[in-house]
Amino acid sequence: MKYIGKKLATMLITVLIVTMLVFLAFRVIPGDPVSNMLGTSATEEKVANLREQLGLNRPLPVRYIEWVRDFFFGDMGKSYTYGMSVKSMLASKIPITITLTVMSFILVVLISIPLGIYCAKHEDKWYSKAIDVINQITMSVPSFFVGMIITYIFGLVLRWFRPGAFVNYKTSVVGFLGYLIFPAISIALPKAAMTVKLLKSSVLKEGKLDYVRTAYSRGNSTDQVLYKHVFKNALIPVITFLGVTLADMVAGSIIVEQVFSIPGLGRLLITSISTRDYPVAQAIIAIIACIVIFINFMVDILYKVIDPRISK
Amino acid sequence: MRKRLLLILTVLLTLTIALGGCSGRKAGDSSKIVVGIPQDLEDSLDPHKATAAGTREVLFNVYEGLLKPDENGDLIPAVAKEYEVSDDGFTYKFILREGVKFHDGTPVTAEDVKYSLEKSAGMTGEETLIAAFSNIKEVNIVSDSEVDVVLKENDVDFPAYAASVNASIIPKANTASDTNPIGTGPYKYVSRSPQENIIMESFDDYWGEKASIKNLEFKIESGDSMIMDLKGGSIDMCARISATQIAQLGDGFDIHEGSMNLVQALYLNNKVKPFDDVRVRQAMCYATDTQEILDLAFEGYGSPIGSQMFPSFGKYYMPELENKYPVDVEKAKKLLADAGYPDGFDMTITVPSNYIPHVDTAQVLVEQLKKVGIKATIDQVEWNTWLSDVYTGRKFESTVIGVDASSLTADALLGRFYSSADNNFTNYSNPEYDKLYEESRKTLDDDKRTELYKQMETLLAEDAANVYIQDMAEFVPMNKKFEGYTFYPLYVQDIAKIKIKE
Repeated sequence: MKYIGKKLATMLITVLIVTMLVFLAFRVIPGDPVSNMLGTSATEEKVANLREQLGLNRPLPVRYIEWVRDFFFGDMGKSYTYGMSVKSMLASKIPITITLTVMSFILVVLISIPLGIYCAKHEDKWYSKAIDVINQITMSVPSFFVGMIITYIFGLVLRWFRPGAFVNYKTSVVGFLGYLIFPAISIALPKAAMTVKLLKSSVLKEGKLDYVRTAYSRGNSTDQVLYKHVFKNALIPVITFLGVTLADMVAGSIIVEQVFSIPGLGRLLITSISTRDYPVAQAIIAIIACIVIFINFMVDILYKVIDPRISK
Repeated sequence: MRKRLLLILTVLLTLTIALGGCSGRKAGDSSKIVVGIPQDLEDSLDPHKATAAGTREVLFNVYEGLLKPDENGDLIPAVAKEYEVSDDGFTYKFILREGVKFHDGTPVTAEDVKYSLEKSAGMTGEETLIAAFSNIKEVNIVSDSEVDVVLKENDVDFPAYAASVNASIIPKANTASDTNPIGTGPYKYVSRSPQENIIMESFDDYWGEKASIKNLEFKIESGDSMIMDLKGGSIDMCARISATQIAQLGDGFDIHEGSMNLVQALYLNNKVKPFDDVRVRQAMCYATDTQEILDLAFEGYGSPIGSQMFPSFGKYYMPELENKYPVDVEKAKKLLADAGYPDGFDMTITVPSNYIPHVDTAQVLVEQLKKVGIKATIDQVEWNTWLSDVYTGRKFESTVIGVDASSLTADALLGRFYSSADNNFTNYSNPEYDKLYEESRKTLDDDKRTELYKQMETLLAEDAANVYIQDMAEFVPMNKKFEGYTFYPLYVQDIAKIKIKE
């Protein structure tokens, strides 16, 4: 319990620091929401009036404290550019990004775990070596580039999906999930390749340990040793890695959203930064930070469950 | 285990193919058009607050003023059936069309007209940001179908303002015009999803010719994916595509060619050294080879211009200024030497990085200016930085940008060079120009005014206020299913005129 409390406190402080940095960053970059809203019809007088109206003239610390207070109570303010409440805007975008991330994660697990074990088991065979090479290549290609290749091959040449024809989950859940499959593959492939490599070497390393020899000497078959003993132990470093990967994929999906024209959090974040729509950008960054920190927190807890020796 | 793995992979693959086939629109849903737009409406859905040209072109389908422009640039009646001007030119009497309804079904009343005009003029106390009608003294309801507008000063351009999107008639009862737009146009607003789309539907009670296509979606697309999405079929048309992008498109599209109605120029800050010297500015004009810019950056398309006016403005446009400064490196060098810069100078061209055509133009300009000894460097900035530093702050040396006309008036283009104009971002100042401009404001006779405008254009060219380049060509690729795309001399998209081919 003490452990969880400590982790929760760290989580809170991290979120505070992240949001404070965001606040400062917006102060440093040139331009403000007012010049964006007024565009080419801006005059000094109008700029001053609108700044006053939006409360941009108040000191930064005051604005920050108010923002934190409101955020804590679930009020994220109103978007400057859309006039809508930030909460309602994000409420429709978060499911998209989360679904994409979760789908990618499931793909990583589905592909890498069987394949990793398979490769370890048939380490000496030529096809295992071939998979190694393919793995190495996949690993080194960034996901947005995989996305571009997939769009070209499956979208424009084979026409398995229509680039840009994103279907909102409110219109059709099946269409929505269908459109997300290729983006999810783009995110998953490089990560899956890394996981395969890690799992394979982990299984092989475990396989050389004494307890494995003992297990064999007791008359167990290869499969029995592998699944009953080696697998469980080999999985610990992989879980750590998958945790980090999941957090990484939340951020990675933002880039892939651009490639596949998916109107999720990513697109909203990028445009809200360029239009200086502070309330939106701050809320998105704070939420992403919370998600990433939460995942790390869950991984920590998971360790404790798998290996009770970890206490701090 | 191997079997199970195989099973999982097979299921996954089948699912991929099956679901992949489900995405996109159903066949037979033909009464729908998806229009790609490069940016979301980021200022407001309230027509009186819409500042961006990209917002106005979308809202054009939802809102109407008392009058509206047609494709020839003439003003045609809309919410008003007709109007009369008093002899002294101060009072405009608008007679409202009968049976015009708002999208919520309520009829347009004289009350709504008064409210809209006053709101747009900034008289209701609410900040309007545009003040299209700052010249209005009062709006009087004469009867249920008649409204008198009294002006502070004489202004023959008043009907043109009354036809702009910023002067649209909206219902007084709507308190949330920012997020729930209600107008009288051929399409009514249904919903929006930020950075995704804006959905509209044809308005069945429209007073004029109803829109042919029932469902309209404006889909927000970033520049590069636009072409890919056109090819893939998830958008049916989009405007303002460059010649280079058209080349990537291939078959399957009808390509409509028009012009952007922008004055693209290397705008110079006339207040900072060395651009405060007319000889330097002229030298730069002589150094610039417009045709080369068109050939290198625009595949040869575009119309060269010589002053702050584009060809669609028929009677005001002066083709003779196009070749005011023929390419002449020697002359340019001599002018620079006379001005005290025999070895040229260093300068910065600030360009908004999201406008690729302007960036490309700047790159060609750098090479051309090099020939006369001017070492220009390009500083690419974000659009927002451009707005605050260059446009509002006027802290720049030069910039490549296209300036549009917010209404169908010569004033919209020429007014910004009046010394004390709010939007005179180039800090141009010439007492002679100011005098001509003031006179044009007072002159009611159309021919005389046109003459004054032409003198102003000539003056801008002679002073080499800016290095005028071109009115860029615009391409509109449209899926072959559709027809009826109409170009306007304004920055608008009229979707109501588009039909499905028989």
